Parts: sequence; structure tokens; C-alpha cells
Amino acid sequence: MKILVPIKRVPDSDTRIRVKSDGSGIVTDGVKFSVNPFDAIAVEQALRLKESGAATEVVLVSLGNEECVESLRVGLAMGADRAVLVRVDTALDSLGVAKLLAGLYRREQPGFVLMGKQAIDDDSNQAGQMLAGLLGIGQATFVSKLDLIEGGTRARCGRETDAGIEIVEVQLPAVITTDLRLNEPRYVSLPGIMKAKKKPVEELPAAELASDITPRTQILSFEAPAGRKAGVKVRSVDELIDRLKNEAKVL
Amino acid sequence: MATLLVIAEHERGQLKLATEAAIAFARQVIAVEGGTFHILVAGEEIGRVVERLQGHGATSILTAENPALKDPLAERLAPVIAQAARSLQAGLIVAASTTFSKDILPRAAALLDAGMASDVIAVVPDPSGTRFKRVLHAGNVIALLRLEGSIRCVTVRSGAFATPERNAAPSAVAPLAMDYQSLPGSSTFVSREERPSGRPDATEARIVVSGGRALKDSGDFERLVGGLADTLGAAVGSSRALVDSGITPNSLQIGQTGKVVAPELYIAVGISGAIQHMAGMKDTKIIVAINKDPDAPIFEVADYGLVADVYQAVPEMIGKLSKR
Ligand SMILES: Cc1cc2nc3c(=O)[nH]c(=O)nc-3n(C[C@H](O)[C@H](O)[C@H](O)COP(=O)(O)OP(=O)(O)OC[C@H]3O[C@@H](n4cnc5c(N)ncnc54)[C@H](O)[C@@H]3O)c2cc1C
Repeated sequence: MKILVPIKRVPDSDTRIRVKSDGSGIVTDGVKFSVNPFDAIAVEQALRLKESGAATEVVLVSLGNEECVESLRVGLAMGADRAVLVRVDTALDSLGVAKLLAGLYRREQPGFVLMGKQAIDDDSNQAGQMLAGLLGIGQATFVSKLDLIEGGTRARCGRETDAGIEIVEVQLPAVITTDLRLNEPRYVSLPGIMKAKKKPVEELPAAELASDITPRTQILSFEAPAGRKAGVKVRSVDELIDRLKNEAKVL
Repeated sequence: MATLLVIAEHERGQLKLATEAAIAFARQVIAVEGGTFHILVAGEEIGRVVERLQGHGATSILTAENPALKDPLAERLAPVIAQAARSLQAGLIVAASTTFSKDILPRAAALLDAGMASDVIAVVPDPSGTRFKRVLHAGNVIALLRLEGSIRCVTVRSGAFATPERNAAPSAVAPLAMDYQSLPGSSTFVSREERPSGRPDATEARIVVSGGRALKDSGDFERLVGGLADTLGAAVGSSRALVDSGITPNSLQIGQTGKVVAPELYIAVGISGAIQHMAGMKDTKIIVAINKDPDAPIFEVADYGLVADVYQAVPEMIGKLSKR
């Protein structure tokens, strides 16, 4: 069984994001980029399934320009088998992403798609659900526990919801999106990096996968949120309670 | 003129209050664009939820009541939403930013070939079409955007839209025409973990007491964070660090990838203040931080900071507050 894992290149979660002074975007100079953490978790899970014999091939895909190849190489160094770069030079929204992934899904015919629940730059949390909707297949989102059952024809998933963990079973193929507690991704090893250099990265033009990917979501400008100012340090529990009662009036 | 469709969320026969933020949003859009809004309630045994939605001024409350919708499965709810949107010729679908809506609404958007904006915090009128603001990059960036196309989908942050008044004339209740037999059956709901305590949900509470890695085990969390919360009638929350180490359930996680809360008072007990955590609480009115490290980043956003060991300060607070 083949597992398709989409990965996105995003500013590293440790970087402090700043908005450009003209509001046209975020400052990217000097910013370190990494594989979206949720996607790294998806790659890790796919690799574990392959190592356990449940899957046979892990195929990565990234949508964007040649800079994304760097992220694909990270996934290949972790152990994925091959990668596809879908060449896109214009802005994409989640629906555009889902349409391109649907096109690739039809070409690759994977056993299922395993992807991050959200990208930590846009924080949209949409693409996986949209992909499942376009393909008319099942979905399990925000998954922190994943077991293939019934000979790999179904997945039993623990989903992280606002009310707690929910267990669902879904027929494969399906789209499964990962939450943080699914696993801890491995580090890439030096031999892994060497091997990754020889693994194939196929480049595909977006037009081969979807006809209309013009974003429905048009971002007009960016701004920084109003910052909070640090308040006062209180000296004691008594002072804290007094201020909360008499100054802030919240108790 | 816009026709809006609000998706009601409910659990165990009770309306989730976050739905009211979606209603407040709908009313704001109507104030700008003109038009009407409808509410869709889908599920099994939804009578009480429908009742609770009366008085909000919806033109109609559409009901999709069927055993096939007993469990909140996206593959069944998304086609129902799409059908409701088509039947009303709705131009905008809105739901609260919760895991329920995040699961189903993007799928419905795909069925309708619609663009979608998540976590909207403001409606901005503009002659060329209403604009929305939403947060991204763990709350460090706000984007101003427009959704193109004849149908738009939005989820809204509940803290950003005030609870609307309920004083309008009753809405007409009408069943949605839907072929439930045609809904897919590739997913099955197995079970849900019961809610761990009788405390309120952090997204609905006036006060949230939240614990971080300073708490060494679940007993300490319960005694200090739970104890302080109960003294104040508050909800509890936690950082990801405690969820990861199994001390708290995931439903308590506050932050970029957990719940987003904006209560009147947020008491951070032994939480360092990582940006991913602050993304979930920095719109709180009053933030209190108790941390033994005077340089912890949480103090940069706290209105009141107490540099202290939580194992001393919190029992002292509980003692003094319960004497009131
Ligand atoms: C993609 C991604 C998403 C994330 N999403 C979230 C999220 O949604 N929510 C979230 O919370 N985190 C999230 N994180 C994790 C986040 O980066 C931090 O690791 C986490 O918030 C730290 O939790 P903490 O403050 O409890 O622990 P720490 O950072 O370890 O802080 C513990 C604090 O307790 C203090 N302390 C220790 N002992 C005592 C004591 N006895 N008395 C007083 N103070 C004491 C210390 O001084 C310290 O400041 C995410 C990370 C990533 C990469």
C-alpha cells in the first residue's frame, strides 16, 4: 500500500514572525524555514507503517517553487521513497491546494493520504477536509492515534476534539490528518541525508493536475495584532487578590 | 443582499454557546450587506436545540433530523450543509471555530466549490465587497481578506463576536428536503471519551485557571489548578506540555493547536508563555501569571505577575479566597 504525504515549507515554529511595514506580507529575510511540524508527524507515521509492513511506499508531495525541494529532501532523508514537486508560482488557498492534491491522488492512487491538520503559517486547517470532499472519500481529522485494521482496509483513529478523544473508524482510501500527539518525528541522520540525494524528485506543472486554482481567498493586507503591555509585578498573594478585587474588579 | 446560513453546533441535546458567535457574525454581515439569515440544525433529537435558537431573528430554522446524523461525521454532515446552502441559495455559510466545524465546514466548502476563511475575528465593510479579518501565524499576524465567488464559508472566533440579544419574533421551523439514504457510510463513530469533570468548558467560562509544566502530576494539577478553579467557579485549562505528558486530557489544551479562549480572567499557573500557548489566550481581559522565573515570557503579557513557587502561592490563594 502506498501512502501519499503532502508537506509544506513554513517558517520554523521557533521564529518570531513580523509583518512587513507596508503590510504586504511577513518578513522572510533571515527567517529559518522548516517542514510544517504536523507534516513531519505525518511522514513519521507513514514511515512507521512502512517499517511495520503495513505500507510499501511513502510518496511525498509539496506544492510551490523549487525552494520546496529542500523540505521534500528532509522527508526523503527521514526515509520516504520518492517525492513530487507540483510547480506553482502563484498564491494558493486551501481549495487550490486540495484541487492539486486531488489531481495527484488520481494519478498516484495511494492507499490513503496522511497529512498535517494545519500548516502553522496560515493556520487554516482546511486542505485535508477539502481534499476528502473533492474525492468523495472518508476523512478522520486531528488524529493522535492511528491503527490499520481489518487487513489494512480500514483505519481506527483517535481524534482530538474539543470534548476529548473521539474514536472513529474509516474505510480506506481516506484522508487522515495528524495532530501533535500522534508521534515524535525522528531526526534525520547523515546516512539518511546522503541517501535522500539519490532519491527521485519528479516535477509536475500544476496545470497537469487541476484546471482552476485561482484563489477564492484573496488576502489584501497583513497587520500585526495590537500588542499587550506587561502589567505590574505584585509582591504577594494578598496584593494579587486585592488588586484583582478592587482594581481589575474581576473577582 | 446576502442570504446567510449559520450552522448550529450541539452536544447531547444542548446548544453549544459558540454558535451564538456565528449568529452575531451573521447579524454584523447583514448590517453591512443587508439580507437575512437562516440556521441549520442537523442531528438526531434536536428539538431542544431548535427551541434554544428561537429569538435570534433567523428567518428560518432548518432542521435535518435523522438517525443517519446521530454522530457528528463530516462525510454525512457536509452534504447536508451543502444541500441546505443550495436550497436557500445562501451566499455565506458561517460556523464557530471549534473542532466540530473545522472538521465539517471545509468539506462542505469543497462540495460547493467555495472559498473559506477560518478563525475570522472581524467584519470590515467595503464598497467592493465585505472584507474579513482573520488570525494566522499563531496569532502573530492578522490578515485582511475578501472571499471571491458566489458562495463563501467562514468560521468565527467566539471571543471576537459578542453574544447577541434574543428578543426577536420566533423563527419559522422547516425541515430540510434531503435524501438521507444517499449519505456515504465509509466512516463509523465508535465512542467518545466522557468529559473529565463537571467544570465549565474553558471556551464558555468567565474565569479560566490554566496549568503548565510546573505541575508535576495529575494529583498536583487537580489539587492546585482544579482547586483554585473550583474556588472561583472557573474552568480549567492547560499548556501542551501537560497534555503531552499525560497529566491533562487534550480537551484542556489552550493555544494555537488547542482551544482559543478570551475570558475575563486567565490565571496561568507555572506556564512559560510560549507563542503557541499565548495564541490561545492573549485576548483575555485580565491575565495573571504565577511563575518562579521572573524572566518567563508570560510576564510580558500578564497584567498581574507574581514571581513565586506555585506550590506555595496557589494553596495560599485557595485558602484566602475560600475564606471570603
Ligand atoms: C506546532 C506547535 C504547536 C503548539 N501548540 C501549542 C498549544 O496549542 N498550546 C500550548 O500550550 N503549547 C503549544 N506548543 C508548545 C509550546 O511551544 C510550549 O512548548 C508549551 O506551551 C510549554 O508549556 P509550559 O509553559 O507548560 O512548559 P514550560 O515552557 O516548560 O514552562 C514551565 C514554566 O513553569 C515554571 N515553573 C516550573 N516550576 C515552577 C514552580 N514550582 N513554581 C512556579 N513556576 C514554575 C518555569 O519557570 C517555566 O516558565 C506548540 C508547539 C509547536 C511546535
